[in-house]
Amino acid sequence: MSKLPDNLKYAASHEWVRSEADGTLTIGITDHAQEALGDVVFLELPEVGRKVATGESCAVIESVKAASDIYAPVSGEIIANNSDAVDAPESVNSDAYATWLFKIRPDDPAQLGKLMDAAGYSASIAE
Amino acid sequence: MNAPARLTPLHEQHLAAGARMVNFAGWDMPVNYGSQIAEHHAVRRQAGMFDVSHMLALDLTGTDATPFLRGLLANDVARLRQPGKALYSCMLNKNGGVIDDLIIYRLADDDYRLVVNAGTADKDLVWIRGHIATTGANVTLQGRRDLAMIAIQGPQARELFGAALPQLREASAALAPFFGIRLGETFIGRTGYTGEDGLELALPATEASAAWQALAATGVAPCGLGARDTLRLEAGMNLYGQDMDESVTPLDSGLAWTVDLRDEARSFVGRDALALKPATKRLLGLVLEAPGVLRAHMPIHTAAGDGETTSGSFSPSLEKAIAFARLPLEVEPGEQVSVDVRGKPLPARVVKLPFVRNGAAQI
Repeated sequence: MSKLPDNLKYAASHEWVRSEADGTLTIGITDHAQEALGDVVFLELPEVGRKVATGESCAVIESVKAASDIYAPVSGEIIANNSDAVDAPESVNSDAYATWLFKIRPDDPAQLGKLMDAAGYSASIAE
Repeated sequence: MNAPARLTPLHEQHLAAGARMVNFAGWDMPVNYGSQIAEHHAVRRQAGMFDVSHMLALDLTGTDATPFLRGLLANDVARLRQPGKALYSCMLNKNGGVIDDLIIYRLADDDYRLVVNAGTADKDLVWIRGHIATTGANVTLQGRRDLAMIAIQGPQARELFGAALPQLREASAALAPFFGIRLGETFIGRTGYTGEDGLELALPATEASAAWQALAATGVAPCGLGARDTLRLEAGMNLYGQDMDESVTPLDSGLAWTVDLRDEARSFVGRDALALKPATKRLLGLVLEAPGVLRAHMPIHTAAGDGETTSGSFSPSLEKAIAFARLPLEVEPGEQVSVDVRGKPLPARVVKLPFVRNGAAQI
């Protein structure tokens, strides 16, 4: 059973988004996603400074099973990526919500309103 | 794809252990019980067990069993000179293409146990029965869907097997590698698909759960299809349907060593075709020298021409991506080649198989 933090927003493509006090966003993938992927072995994260559009594929998570794209949940500029996660990709499996992948300075904070809350995401993955 | 998946006798055990399940060859099978990488390491370092009940055990008996099998299989059962000895063989069609690969144990001149793949079992039964009819051989073929099968593999596998199933300890301890023994309806083979020592157990389905639980209680780790694939890949063992199929000969699949041509008087299905089709490709290993994972059907570029990966994955023991590659005959181990990985050319090194033997890296 995936544990879904209430303080996060969620994209349909299984990214979680945390709003920081300084207006930037921290992004990772959900527990549901890591379980479906299986053991993660490589991460390719976007370079700092890259501009991304909403829904643009900007990172790749590769598990033993398959390579999956990670999509920017909002448009903006990449301001950080998590090199610790790159060195220990299995941390995505052990705690998906504690393992951030990259941070965005959003072009328009209002875009956050288009993402799901925990209840909405939970309903979307229920079968 | 609409028929419900078939369930093995151990299905409840997998669900109870929280396995992630997948449809494999029409069977609902465990992919992993949490982490396939952890399960892989358990097999290389201690012991792991696999439900392989989706595969099919066959009993082939009768006065013509030996000559019949010598005419059916590319490897020669005449080389099995002691009771219980086993060999690995391909079964070919008349074009030399591979219908299936299998292990066969000779229990007596008129009594053989075969184990065939899950996805090809129905096809194999039709094929073998057809050949019995064509040849008029005095043999009986019986599929053993009444049996469950468990593979217990790893350096501690045989020891833990003896501790978990003490009534089988003496018989299993006496088995030499690639030998099998039948005890009533139970069968133990010292064979496997991981490159480690271990045993494969066939037993009545009604007894399977108790055996599985007893093995788990001694510390044998349940392992799923994900680990099964990374283990066999490291061990250089082909997977039917990926590394070979009916469209290729064993000679182009790294399996020339399983085709026994020494007895020129032995005619077997596909022999004549192989004589006309020498190898046109070779199957070798590939190690990726960049981050990423190799998978099947990736194009390979070499100085001698193009090739393709047939199987690939991430090797937990080597911590690198590895693959089997069907390559031009001129390519040699040690060469650098380039592989198209999701649209990008990445460097890889050609190596001889296997990648890992007895737990140690060979490359």
